[in-house]
Amino acid sequence: MNKGLSWFVLILLIAGYFFLYGPILSLIIFSFNASKLVTVWGGFSTKWYGALLNDRAIMDAVKLSLWIAAIAASGAAIVGTMAGYVLARFRRFRGRVLFTGMVSSPLVMPEVITGLSLLLMFVFMEQVFGWPAGRGKLTIVLAHTTFCLTYVSVIVQARLTQLDQSLEEAAQDLGCRPMKTFFVITLPIIAPAILSGWLLAFTLSLDDVVISSFNTGPGATTLPMEIFSRVRLGLNPEINALATIIIGVVATGIFVASLLMSRQEKRRQRDMQLAIAANK
Amino acid sequence: MPWGEWMSSGTRFINLLADRLPPLRWLLRLLPSGRGIVILVPYLWLVAFFLIPFIIVAKISLSESVTAQPPYTEIVRRVAGGQVSFAAPEKPGNAADTTGAVPAATTQTSSAQGSVDAPDQSAEIKGGPPEDVSGGFYVKFNWDNYDYLFSDALYFKAAKNAVFTAFISTVICLLIGVPMAYGIARSSTAWRGTLLMLIILPFWTSFLIRVYAWIGILKNNGIINNILIWLGVINDPLPMMNTNFAVFIGIVYSYLPFMILPLYSTLEKMDLSLLEAAQDLGCRPWKAFLQITVPLALPGVIAGSMLVFIPAVGEYVIPELLGGPDSLMIGRVLSNEFFSNRDWPVASAVAIAILVLLVIPIVVFQYFQNRQQEATT
Repeated sequence: MNKGLSWFVLILLIAGYFFLYGPILSLIIFSFNASKLVTVWGGFSTKWYGALLNDRAIMDAVKLSLWIAAIAASGAAIVGTMAGYVLARFRRFRGRVLFTGMVSSPLVMPEVITGLSLLLMFVFMEQVFGWPAGRGKLTIVLAHTTFCLTYVSVIVQARLTQLDQSLEEAAQDLGCRPMKTFFVITLPIIAPAILSGWLLAFTLSLDDVVISSFNTGPGATTLPMEIFSRVRLGLNPEINALATIIIGVVATGIFVASLLMSRQEKRRQRDMQLAIAANK
Repeated sequence: MPWGEWMSSGTRFINLLADRLPPLRWLLRLLPSGRGIVILVPYLWLVAFFLIPFIIVAKISLSESVTAQPPYTEIVRRVAGGQVSFAAPEKPGNAADTTGAVPAATTQTSSAQGSVDAPDQSAEIKGGPPEDVSGGFYVKFNWDNYDYLFSDALYFKAAKNAVFTAFISTVICLLIGVPMAYGIARSSTAWRGTLLMLIILPFWTSFLIRVYAWIGILKNNGIINNILIWLGVINDPLPMMNTNFAVFIGIVYSYLPFMILPLYSTLEKMDLSLLEAAQDLGCRPWKAFLQITVPLALPGVIAGSMLVFIPAVGEYVIPELLGGPDSLMIGRVLSNEFFSNRDWPVASAVAIAILVLLVIPIVVFQYFQNRQQEATT
């Protein structure tokens, strides 16, 4: 690791990782604290996990958040893939400048502005078309789809620009129609990018508190909104337990995904070597 | 791939059908082509849910606040008289002058007018135009919300504070992020993947929970104070929670990955032989870093800084959870206007003010984003 790294950089690197992971570690440790005073150690206990599982409000919020995140991520994956494809493959069309602007702006737009503007939009739509009636799950899903799709499009676009276009050209030279080329050649190749875009959209939706708070209605309390309303009142051992579970799920998921990816990479390299050996 | 086969057999079927039925072929020609549809779907989505909402925000920022559902007035009203009249507050009888045919309708309109033009009575009208009149439109742009933003020092202070906080946080992110990104880019390939993964990992866990973690660390009986008192360094806890210091830490902590990742991607692409050449020619390492690494990393520095600065200006959750009553930031003011005061027009005006504040950084970000895109394709 310290090949060519000076001690100075190495120490800064370690300090940086400590800064990133210290707070997360402290959350995990104190989730097993028996004392209700979160930061004062009162012995080992898992009672907050039990309390969490019996907390109806939190469990309902978890269900709602997972439901919203799944739908919003799927919508964002479809529209975002289209947007990424347009950005990577269609060099010129009318309004391209506006399009690229609209795709990249939500990445940096402050959440309060996105949230407020979408809410006013939904109110306006309700006045004019009578749809969507009131705010709730549907408006949160639409809002999440909109801010997540830009992340998907960035990932898909990056993959498409790396992609060897000669494969698509070969298919079209052999008489394949553009749509069939996309579904038979392009889509299987960019599928991992779309999947990681979907996962990113899923976690972003699961994590969002500001945009949801603006666009929610009665009866639609997502998990981050529930956490936010409790955390405002101060420390809460149940939230520590919840945090530990979330971190555990994410870490396991990422570990499994990277394991699968490295295995796939190894298999691909072996297949390539076999193919080269067979051609000799 | 069954999917592709299925899709193309679908189009083949439609084409076949269109050959048999000429009217259908004309209809098909009116439809956009495959390429057109691929452009149109995301385009229309973004126009509908990203562009038009901003126009609506601008519109509502020019309306008046009322106690109604929704809590703002329409800036375009229909009034009797059959002509478009623009509001002129010094002439209250504007629309009523031109009517006069039906006395009942006239009094109705002029009374509505009167209450619109007097700001302190405006809360009495329940939104919307008078029901029984039709014909013209009455357009009223109400600049009071903007006047209010400038007259109340609170908004200016909050904006100044937000820009200052975001700027300092960006600088701190750079100071931490540059050596980290440099260290990751220069580490051996075996380690690089893991180190990078560890930067991205916190980003996948809940942002809210990572901010929450700092409450436990910074509180008066939190981890830092407990350790310092136990070590005997201090006797009374240092007040760190609910201060601007806590807000800085929260922003730096949350946005650090956004700084490191673009920095890393530019540093990784850098040609190392340039540094070797400099050292061969007798250049000191730190001088080589300043004269070669820093200029080459500039696109990453700008992208990272914008990714931190722009969202940090409008940050709401961090000052709300970690800050004190005096750590006012403009995003928090907007949310308070919206959620606590239910004053949608003023909240909209604040949103427009934030956008004006951020328009230059956003344009700079877009410019570099586009340039990088063109470089990769």
